[in-house]
Amino acid sequence: MNGSAPSHRPRSALTQTARRDLRNGLLFAAPWLIGLTVFVAYPVAASLYYSFCDYDAIRSPRWVGLDNYRTMVFEDDLFWKSLWNTAYMVAFGLPVGLAASLGIALLLNLKVRAIPVYRTVYYLPSITPVVATSILWLWLLNPQMGLVNVLLKACGVADPPGWLTDPAWAKPALILMGLWGAGGGMVIYLAALQDVPEALHEAASLDGAGPLARFRHVTLPMLSPVILFNLVMGLIGSFQYFTQAYVMTNGGPQDSTTFYALHLFNRAFFDFRMGYASAMAWVLFVIALACTFVVLRSSARWVYYAGEAR
Amino acid sequence: MKRSRRRAFLGALAAHTALLTIGLCFALPFYWLVVTSLKPDDQVFQMPPVWWPSPVRWDNFPRALQYVPFATYTLNTLRICALSVIGTILSCSLVAYSLARIRWPGRDWVFLSLLATMILPAQVTMVPTFTVFKWLGWIGTSLPLVVPSFFGSAFFIFLLRQFFMTIPQELSDAARIDGCSELAVYWRVVLPLARPALATVGLFTFIGAWNDFLGPLLYLNDERSYTLALGLQRFVSQHGAEWSMLMAATTVMTLPIVVIFFFAQRTFIQGVTLTGIKG
Repeated sequence: MNGSAPSHRPRSALTQTARRDLRNGLLFAAPWLIGLTVFVAYPVAASLYYSFCDYDAIRSPRWVGLDNYRTMVFEDDLFWKSLWNTAYMVAFGLPVGLAASLGIALLLNLKVRAIPVYRTVYYLPSITPVVATSILWLWLLNPQMGLVNVLLKACGVADPPGWLTDPAWAKPALILMGLWGAGGGMVIYLAALQDVPEALHEAASLDGAGPLARFRHVTLPMLSPVILFNLVMGLIGSFQYFTQAYVMTNGGPQDSTTFYALHLFNRAFFDFRMGYASAMAWVLFVIALACTFVVLRSSARWVYYAGEAR
Repeated sequence: MKRSRRRAFLGALAAHTALLTIGLCFALPFYWLVVTSLKPDDQVFQMPPVWWPSPVRWDNFPRALQYVPFATYTLNTLRICALSVIGTILSCSLVAYSLARIRWPGRDWVFLSLLATMILPAQVTMVPTFTVFKWLGWIGTSLPLVVPSFFGSAFFIFLLRQFFMTIPQELSDAARIDGCSELAVYWRVVLPLARPALATVGLFTFIGAWNDFLGPLLYLNDERSYTLALGLQRFVSQHGAEWSMLMAATTVMTLPIVVIFFFAQRTFIQGVTLTGIKG
């Protein structure tokens, strides 16, 4: 590059580098660019189109306008039921799970012995295959022979619930089972807890703050970004709750565990009403997006970023 | 002095009591899984419950494994897992390299597309993706479960990008001055330094593929091609009351994950730190 025409060479060398970088950048990113087109962009567009069609995956789709959406809202009782069931999991299962994860993370953050052993025990259920967990809990929650009710009876509960056989108790049963997997969120809280500077706690102590005040005014604000992360992830996950219900109850008893994603799956791959299922998917997407948006908007008021506004 | 030591002791005692009680709640289901799988049939339903079977029926395991072709399911699952891990590591590291180590116009848009796809529910793309694979004639094969992993997954690309950003740019520059092509910089400089992150991605991909249920449910319709997750679910719907055999099969599916966890604990914990979501 130390040629005789310095006024020209550097510029052409620069564009040459830029061109090479563009070529390399595109080549390296090619897998994703293709994947994005084939597995995301096309399916999203097609799904939106199908949602306005009558489509059974054999004959070509037939345009029906807003019929699918109209049927959903005005004729499909199970749509509303499944929406209610899913809202139940979001409103109760999600906060309970988040609180449980945070609770055990706080316990594991104590300075006592044998913490690695406890951490392992708490974490393992969360990576156990969902199908395995579901079958195991099907057995544990068995109304007559299950360990849960055996222990409840031993503790003096004369008439323990029928869990998955009782429409009123089926969703709480699934929430209970979900608590067993609280270790997944726990490790994320734990990593964040270990990043809270000791000096903050000491300063608060010197100012006369007790353990509760320190939790409220030091720990919680420092954890709030991670709480937001777990909340958003949990929200998206709750809206897609499927495998456990499919394996354990298949929607019963009396549709009390027919969650939105299960109803959608059955319409698509049981009735082959692919257009209707696509319309349901878009309604799900809009609801999930709206909830995420509300959470993110509200987060400005309760999430504290340590790096901000020093 | 003495009082404060007494307080510390009482505090530790309370902590251990709480940790132990909750720990028992978490461990008991696992204990019950294994114990039930070793019980003779009549002791499964015995009341009050039998806490340790006698005699221990080890042969529940071979019985369960012969009842349905679990060896075939395991091989199928392992094959899908292995191919997914290879595909994911290759494709995600390439794309992450492009996003973290090469400057090119449009890069930020591609990065944004990653974040956008992460919040897209799988249900939205489920039907058209299914029809694409149907059109390709891939229904009933494991191709729909494997091929997409060769085209990157948003979350893992994101995770690797964050890690690649932390590798000093000078190392790449030095290699380039020595005449390395971009591919050589990726392969000889960045990948070796990123081994811990690649291990995390490989591990999570393996576990994800091992545990996946919806994918096999959608695409596998021949019993000989079932994975463990799907085979186990079919086993329940056919033999729902034979709990000792069911628990034996469930143990077989869970055990590898537990073993992997014990050998790769550090990689797991690393994965959590790697997500870089700490405040």
